[in-house]
Amino acid sequence: MNMAKITMVEAVTNALDYEMSRDKSVVVLGEDVGVDGGVFRATDGLIKKYGSDRVIDTPLAESGIVGASIGMAINGLRPVAEIQFMGFTYPAVDQLISHASRMRNRSRGVFTCPIVVRAPYGIGVKALEHHSESTEAYFIHTPGLKVVVPSSPSDCKGLLISAIRDPDPVIFLEPTRLYRSVKEEVPSGEHIVPLGKAKIVQEGMDCTIVSWGAMLHECMKAAELLQKDEIFPEIIDLRTLSPMDTEAILSSVKKTGRCVVVQEAPRTLGLSSEISALIMEKALEHLQAPVQRVTSFDIIPPLQRGEQHYPPDPYRIYRSVKKVVEM
Amino acid sequence: MLCDEFDPLKEKKLEIMDKDGNILRKDLMPNLSNEQIKELYYYMLLGRVADTKALALQRQGRMYTFAPVLGQEAQVAAAYALKKTDWIVPAFREQAACIYFGMPIKNFFMYYMGHELGSMMPKNIKILPVSIPVGSHPLHAVGISWASKIKKEKDVAMTFFGDGATSEGDFHEAMNFAGVLKTPTIFYCQNNHWAISIPREKQTASKTIAQKAVAYGMPGIQIDGNDVFAVYAASKEAVDRARNGDGPTLIEAVTYRFGPHTTADDPTKYRKDRELEYWKPRDPIERLKKYMAANKMWDEKQEKKALEKAYQEVEKAVAEAEKTPNQSVDEVFDYTYAALTPQLIEQKAYLNKVHDEKRSRG
Repeated sequence: MNMAKITMVEAVTNALDYEMSRDKSVVVLGEDVGVDGGVFRATDGLIKKYGSDRVIDTPLAESGIVGASIGMAINGLRPVAEIQFMGFTYPAVDQLISHASRMRNRSRGVFTCPIVVRAPYGIGVKALEHHSESTEAYFIHTPGLKVVVPSSPSDCKGLLISAIRDPDPVIFLEPTRLYRSVKEEVPSGEHIVPLGKAKIVQEGMDCTIVSWGAMLHECMKAAELLQKDEIFPEIIDLRTLSPMDTEAILSSVKKTGRCVVVQEAPRTLGLSSEISALIMEKALEHLQAPVQRVTSFDIIPPLQRGEQHYPPDPYRIYRSVKKVVEM
Repeated sequence: MLCDEFDPLKEKKLEIMDKDGNILRKDLMPNLSNEQIKELYYYMLLGRVADTKALALQRQGRMYTFAPVLGQEAQVAAAYALKKTDWIVPAFREQAACIYFGMPIKNFFMYYMGHELGSMMPKNIKILPVSIPVGSHPLHAVGISWASKIKKEKDVAMTFFGDGATSEGDFHEAMNFAGVLKTPTIFYCQNNHWAISIPREKQTASKTIAQKAVAYGMPGIQIDGNDVFAVYAASKEAVDRARNGDGPTLIEAVTYRFGPHTTADDPTKYRKDRELEYWKPRDPIERLKKYMAANKMWDEKQEKKALEKAYQEVEKAVAEAEKTPNQSVDEVFDYTYAALTPQLIEQKAYLNKVHDEKRSRG
């Protein structure tokens, strides 16, 4: 298979291109996705190739974009909507929670909603207010929605293709700070990474670290610090946050006896809280130390000159892992 | 009433001064003294100087992304129609109007240098923080002015937004509430033709934005938004109407952004050069300057003096903004609620401990 070394944002374009060429029902819509190619260039060139009926520049209205996508999906299309930043998904939350997530259930499976809503998310690129949000928990908390976060270009392509083919609505969150910072070999044609499957990024015996998205890379840096103390963590990239791969977490924790969950989201009721509860319920007897959470804080993401206080960094992860290992 | 003569359903547009500074409609010329006109001019100039400086700082990496006001400075005349006890509810491209209305220039720089203090207004300056989620804030102007009405006060609220914002659901809700409740609200739409890359005609199939007012049961008017006298006259009429208890107005100010949407985009990707060629001679500042020169109110010496004063004010503001240290742990935590919650007290203590440990590790 042909491979090319590409960035995550190129992997998004590549996945969209591949799916659009394969399936005529796939359409891309959103603000500035056509002529401009998207604010991050994720849809660059697609309008030239597929025309303005399939790559649609919409009016500026997030609820409109998602609500109309629901209708398009009900009537046989596969819409991939782009919301420019996660912080702008909120006007569309009513459509997602009140309609997209429950159309299958309400119509007893007669009407379904195979949409994908893509949005760049997360802090770390010195962006404006409302551009640094990491509020995936709102969507994870909504029955009927799937939530996916890639952490590498290759996974990004494979997961996005799976999301587009999935029969249910998927929120696909792309970590902005990884858009261009990582390059890797990505297969140029068919490439699938299944939803709901976590990945062990690094094997180890001393402690399980569970993370996703941009934080995964902070965990890798923390592992380098830990190595100097001869601590070898096992690092799991969750990839799909809903439905979560509980088996992958539990089998690793049963092996290591310790777990630190690292999330960029605010602390209270983040996915790390759920993971911690899961381990309590299903693997307590294997634990040699309490599960630790390394998270951002229960505050508004600060503007650029305060960003340094907010997300987990390698040192914060390092000290938490060290703490549980030394318990 | 201007809104009657310039009926939006008949696609009329209010213009008082042409692009060369000639007065087309002497009968509509607002009652402004020469000193007031010079004051207006100065604040437009100041807005431009601040903007130009900001662009240079952004390119040097001393400031983050911002939305330049370049070309839309006649907005100052809208704010000029307010009393300083009124309210402004801005979007994010109103730095010129806000600086006139009392926002310290350094606030503009601080905000886009990444400091929360940029959104902190001095006492008695009733300007809300910029609203980046497009179209979400006109509702706040409705609520503010509604409260004013309920309290039997005379303060009105003016909200600024762009053509793109009129596509958002919240815009509809704001207009509808204002129409039903007859709130003293002035909806000032700066139609600058482009919402990032989406042209005005792809934003709405309405012939004009002004005519949307009709459906909400309020007066609407389209004006030449680069004609400072048209901006003032229409705004003054709307403000007076609101203050007299006669409800809201929608003003569509037709203008053009000379630069990018924000410093993060490249307009050459979606706009034709000939558009800019059309609009450049309609520069609101140049037009007013031509008027003032023709009426012997202004000469090169005064221009030079005004520019020097503007540069000095801006340089002083930049120096102060750049002196502001990075935000402390307290600053990012302490305004979440009126009082820190037990959880935040614990999280803050943890973060301070982490920072201490990092410092001791070097």
